[in-house]
Amino acid sequence: MKEAEIIAGWISPGSRVLDLGCGDGKLLKHLWQTRQAPGYGVEIDDAKAIACLQNDVNVLQLDLEDGLAAFADRSFDYVILSETLQAIHAQEPLMKEMLRVGREAIVSFPNFGYWRARIQIALAGHMPVSKELPYQWYDTPNVHHCTLVDFEALCAKLGFRVLERVVLTGGRPVSLLPNLLGSLAAYRVSA
Amino acid sequence: MIVTPQKARFTEPLKLKSGAVLPEFEIAYETYGELNAARSNAVLVCHALNASHHVAGTYADDPDNVGWWDNMVGPGKPLDTDRFFVIGNNYIGSCFGSTGPTSVNPATGRPWGADFPVVTVEDWVAAQACLADRLGIERFAAIMGGSLGAMQALQWALSFPARVRNSIVIAATPRLSAQNIAFNEVARQAIMTDPDFHGGHYYDKGVVPRRGLRIARMIGHITYLSDDAMMEKFGRVLRRVTPGFDFDVDFEIESYLRHQGDKFSNYFDANTYLRITKALDYYDPAAEFGGDLSKAFARAQADFLVVSFTSDWRFSSARSREIVRALLDNRRVVSYLENDAPQGHDAFLMNDARYFGALRAYFGNIAL
Repeated sequence: MKEAEIIAGWISPGSRVLDLGCGDGKLLKHLWQTRQAPGYGVEIDDAKAIACLQNDVNVLQLDLEDGLAAFADRSFDYVILSETLQAIHAQEPLMKEMLRVGREAIVSFPNFGYWRARIQIALAGHMPVSKELPYQWYDTPNVHHCTLVDFEALCAKLGFRVLERVVLTGGRPVSLLPNLLGSLAAYRVSA
Repeated sequence: MIVTPQKARFTEPLKLKSGAVLPEFEIAYETYGELNAARSNAVLVCHALNASHHVAGTYADDPDNVGWWDNMVGPGKPLDTDRFFVIGNNYIGSCFGSTGPTSVNPATGRPWGADFPVVTVEDWVAAQACLADRLGIERFAAIMGGSLGAMQALQWALSFPARVRNSIVIAATPRLSAQNIAFNEVARQAIMTDPDFHGGHYYDKGVVPRRGLRIARMIGHITYLSDDAMMEKFGRVLRRVTPGFDFDVDFEIESYLRHQGDKFSNYFDANTYLRITKALDYYDPAAEFGGDLSKAFARAQADFLVVSFTSDWRFSSARSREIVRALLDNRRVVSYLENDAPQGHDAFLMNDARYFGALRAYFGNIAL
């Protein structure tokens, strides 16, 4: 099971979608094709923004760190932050902005509590490198890693409700000890 | 690509935003590529302050005269004339072939001069619509422009919502700032206080307010370039071995501005300059909606591509983001690119791989 399928499954047909850090726009294209959900992507990288246009996806080249001032309150059904949370400097204001602009937020991130990551730190004594976390510590765009427990604590602090959670490893859902056995987590959250 | 300029003559009076009426007018234009059978591939290109209908290609009798956006428009270029039928046009009030202050006033048989009315972006678009009717184009695949040209592309989507499928708005602002207007006013004052201006009736006197035009162009030119681009290009390099401790040209930038001013004053008309800067100053589609740009865009039906350049301090990226915000408020289909090209406002004329790549991709998605 792919993350895009999980997200598509959460989105009701015809919903308005905003995808923050949308990369080449493949997720938005998938949501348009499978859910007829129109949307916009936000992407700061030049090459990825052009790739969005090549994929016929609406893209807005804006810096997420500046907030979502371009978007009115409650102007989207879903605001998606797919595997981008860990690369944001200020998570708290962005999470608040997502639920100002959207009715619901969908957030996915690589789980730093995954056992392989823990072993690489605890036993091998170096920062984890894996399929989900392919970077060396000195060249990573990621600045704030977290675990499932950490993310849920942030949601509680902000007063956000977790509506749904799916945890994956190698494309398979994980239900037992997800914070230890899951490599990727996706959440559906509301205010 | 060899092209031939053409003229279309309109004998129906054109009522202007000011209330004045232009009894008849001509529009100079060029076309590139072929209009398809469905008439669905037409793209109108709108020019900025000192350009013209000569957008691309060269003339058979003047092979060095290359169109001002030839890097963007042509066979295989981002706006591909193998696929699109592209129209370059000169707006009314200009001095490159369309009816303007240097044209003959039919009421007097003499050049209009100071009596030529003040025209607006809305008037230009209305006149361009007459040209579109003449060419049999009901609906444009796209209307595109940079700077003042971008204002026309925006205004088309507001004046004739059903006639524009895509509005491509580059290095734009939805309204001039007080600082922008201030620069324009200094330029106008330079022209109007030139002793050779004669209240705009200088054609009769056989003179041109050249000093005023030079200074106007020098001021304008400063606002087209970024501080960094100017420093990069000219630095503090001297034209002579040591400073002269006089008021001849010391620095390269002085020489450059004087050269640009001289060149401009040889081909541009002062009455036109006054009117174009006024058209810029007056443009404000939100004005009739209490300053609410989102309400102004409620009637737009086009899809939009908005492009800004981070080094542009004349029409900064923040101004383009106002346009994007207003379009999002109206749930328009819009893409926005914020290009970090270093050249300043003039970046819209430069061949930047990212900027051109984005336009190529956007045009590629327009179904014909």
